[in-house]
Amino acid sequence: MSDAAKDRAQPLIVGAGPAGIRAAATLVAAGLRPIVVDEAPACGGQIYRQPLVPDGRDARVRYGSEAPKAERLHREFAGLQGKLDYLPNTLVWNLSDGVADVATNGGHRRLAHDGLILATGAMDRILPVPGWTLPGVFSLGGSQIVLKAQGCVIGSRIVFAGTGPLLYLVAWQYMKAGVKVAAVLDAAPLTAQMAMMKALPGFPAIVLRGTRFIAEMMMKGVAFHYGINKLRFEGTSRIEGVSFEVRGKRRHLACDGAGFGLGLKPETQLADLAGCQFAFNERDRVFLPQTDTARRSSVPGVYLAGDGSGIAGADAAEMSGERAALSLIEDRGLAVDPGRAGKLEKELRKIFAFRNVLEQSFPFPSQWIADLPGDTMVCRCEEIDVSGIRDAADHFGIVEMNRLKAVSRIGMGRCQGRVCGSAAAELLAASTGRPISAVGRLRGQAPVKPLPMSYAAIAPAVTGEAAE
Amino acid sequence: MKVDVAIIGGGLVGCSAALALRQRGLSVALLERGFCGAQASGVNYGGVRRQGRPIEQLPLAQRAHAIWPKLRQLIGIDGEFRRTGQLKLARNETEMASLEAYARGAASTDLKLELLGANALAERFPWIDREIAVGASFSADDGQANPRLVSAGFAAAARRAGVEIYEQTPVLGVSKEAEGFLVDAQGVPAIRAAHLVNAAGAWAGPFADAFREGVPLGRIYPSMIVTEPMKVFMTVNTGVEGGEVYARQVERGNCIIGGQRGAARADDADFSRPTDVGVTTVMQRAVRLFPSLKNAHAIRFWSGTEGAMPDKNPVIGQSSTTSGLIHAFGFSGAGFQIAPGVGEVIAELITTGETTTPIDAFSIARFFVDAAKGSGAGAPPQSPQSRGT
Amino acid sequence: MPLLHRVARQNEVPIGFSLNGKPCEGRRGDTLLSAILTIDERLRPSDFSHEPRAGFCQMSACQDCWVTLISGERVRACSTPLAEGMQVITRAANSAGEPA
Repeated sequence: MSDAAKDRAQPLIVGAGPAGIRAAATLVAAGLRPIVVDEAPACGGQIYRQPLVPDGRDARVRYGSEAPKAERLHREFAGLQGKLDYLPNTLVWNLSDGVADVATNGGHRRLAHDGLILATGAMDRILPVPGWTLPGVFSLGGSQIVLKAQGCVIGSRIVFAGTGPLLYLVAWQYMKAGVKVAAVLDAAPLTAQMAMMKALPGFPAIVLRGTRFIAEMMMKGVAFHYGINKLRFEGTSRIEGVSFEVRGKRRHLACDGAGFGLGLKPETQLADLAGCQFAFNERDRVFLPQTDTARRSSVPGVYLAGDGSGIAGADAAEMSGERAALSLIEDRGLAVDPGRAGKLEKELRKIFAFRNVLEQSFPFPSQWIADLPGDTMVCRCEEIDVSGIRDAADHFGIVEMNRLKAVSRIGMGRCQGRVCGSAAAELLAASTGRPISAVGRLRGQAPVKPLPMSYAAIAPAVTGEAAE
Repeated sequence: MKVDVAIIGGGLVGCSAALALRQRGLSVALLERGFCGAQASGVNYGGVRRQGRPIEQLPLAQRAHAIWPKLRQLIGIDGEFRRTGQLKLARNETEMASLEAYARGAASTDLKLELLGANALAERFPWIDREIAVGASFSADDGQANPRLVSAGFAAAARRAGVEIYEQTPVLGVSKEAEGFLVDAQGVPAIRAAHLVNAAGAWAGPFADAFREGVPLGRIYPSMIVTEPMKVFMTVNTGVEGGEVYARQVERGNCIIGGQRGAARADDADFSRPTDVGVTTVMQRAVRLFPSLKNAHAIRFWSGTEGAMPDKNPVIGQSSTTSGLIHAFGFSGAGFQIAPGVGEVIAELITTGETTTPIDAFSIARFFVDAAKGSGAGAPPQSPQSRGT
Repeated sequence: MPLLHRVARQNEVPIGFSLNGKPCEGRRGDTLLSAILTIDERLRPSDFSHEPRAGFCQMSACQDCWVTLISGERVRACSTPLAEGMQVITRAANSAGEPA
């Protein structure tokens, strides 16, 4: 490394999932020493999340067919220690002009950086339905995490509801863990999945795997219902059952646990604070930070990788993490292998094309909005229900999301609308008769997650400091 | 389109003026570059206080004081206005002396203040750290309200009353015609108005310049913190003398804490954000002053863009160059409480040519008193008016 | 009836903690969320209606699982490792609607 390069601040990677790990490895290989900040105590992200202590279970049990990838990434990141600065259990709560504010180890730190790779991942996408806040209803991702990382299951007779590939994967994993899965309820009609089969040449492995999951679950007596609507979780102080309509007929199932999710939603708050431009994505009905094929955002020196900039799965996350790192390296004036960059872009294009077909077979059921009873809780934090949103929009003549937030409190709670924002946008669009792209999106605000008031203040004189 | 009054700016001043004018039977068009109430009017701290204002503002503040309890009749919601009282803390003898001096100055006005010593303060407000606060001045009839609701509420009420509100409609140019004003706004037909109100807040400068009334309008970015909901302990709106930190707790339990300044966003100068140093400094000060906040989490920071004058008094009143033009901007971080009163004053000025509330101290002409020091934008003829003190 | 059931680490080292004053046992490697919900079925009353809540996303995103320790400190159960001697309160409201 030249002296000039040594004088530059370190690159910063936010997130140590597949995208962040691959980006880190790529930067280290180029002779750079990145700082890697991650909220979790160990690397892997949500998909390859590790238990707090070894629990005697094989990686194969934990990660299924993806176990080799998970183990490879965990090993690889362990091998990078000493060549990067790793801050686990650390929250990036603000970004501005080359500085990341982090909460770590009971205090604040300011991390000056030169080059920022955001690999912030995703969470379950939700449309509220009656009863979704009852104890015992967890997100699909949450149902999976508690099984793989904690060795716990969410009940003894479980219903999984929603849509998307994760619905089938989590149900199958629970069945394999020996739990009674009462039913899988998919919002998407079976015809959509049939259409996907026809659209995909040669049935990629993921589709074959899904088909196998369904076959195995059917053998075990798991009931499948497609094209369900008017879903509700029932119970008084905890979940006791699920009811739904299918082909106009209401059905009821008893259960003591439920997993619920409608695909995934990128975590984009930090990209917003970094000043990245967003554009509306028709497929997912959300605004996403824009990136070019080389994973450069609209802000020089800020790169986007993994599901945090658009849902494409763990394999794509690794590739986009590497591609983002190559762009950062190139922008620092260091040499990169253009053949490698081109190959990654080509592979990513293929995955994105496949993903488009996959997502079409599990469409987000935005039509559910029209059927939601007025007292359905939308914002878990501020406890704002459907009527609360509709009435506020109506009374104040609101047509835009940030104004809706101002008058209804939607998105003003601890999660800052990360959970309910999509649903609120659907509600506002439906109640004003505008397309969802026209109602806008909630502006990101620091701190992206709750921050203790008691931490010592950041001293005004402090200039950027690097991690030790 | 032809209206009696065109108003530039959909903040609390513009919307309350629009409503007051409609109530007096005038036709009104209001032009807002973004969304009504989305800037300083809707994102300020929410203090509804007369205490601490320059003495010359108190008559106007008193006029507004009478409007706040009647919000429900006026705009259909109470805007979470609560007359909780407002407490100003002194941390040393110098600050206490300053509070005492202010109380003496306000003694002849309608603002009733109660000075508290250390013991009385500790007894009545035990949630304030007694090591830090040595005394206070208490204004029992001041309070707080929710700016998000009040600003949006005035806009909605104005719309219901028949004001033509154009949001996302920047004004591109204004000019005087023989019979009034021509307003050129983006995406709407030319608007002709007998009267023009410049209530454009931090964006008001060009509309004063257009009538040869360039003034030193600056921008400030107040910085706010809100905590997660907590059990209610903070019973009054509280600030320290000098404004280093101020806080109030709403009935839902969230504490709103202000202090320090944000900064304009690099990618969009019309919006601002708090700074990391600013918010962490204020959080630490707040935890020391209010020990109950020790275990609280902050869940959101925000800032807003506010027009500010060098003498911290707003510009309110008739133009010094152009008849029919009224300015009302530059509230310098203290506009929320007086804004509904300003709306009434504007309506009075337009309908009767005068107002019962003394506003001479806020005349735009105060910036042109000394022609030699006048603004480069072309100082108008010298006004006999003296500068506010 | 607990919400969660263990399928691993049943024989891991026990970790003592208290839940609303009652002595309880978790396992080494538990998050506070797992430790509580393998015993009980709620983590907190919601802030305003005081409905029972027991977390949702398990990945530090939804902020639905904040619990109060007897010291007054507040922690997010899904991302806080269980530690020996923790004293957790899940029944008392933290927030508005109740006098201080």
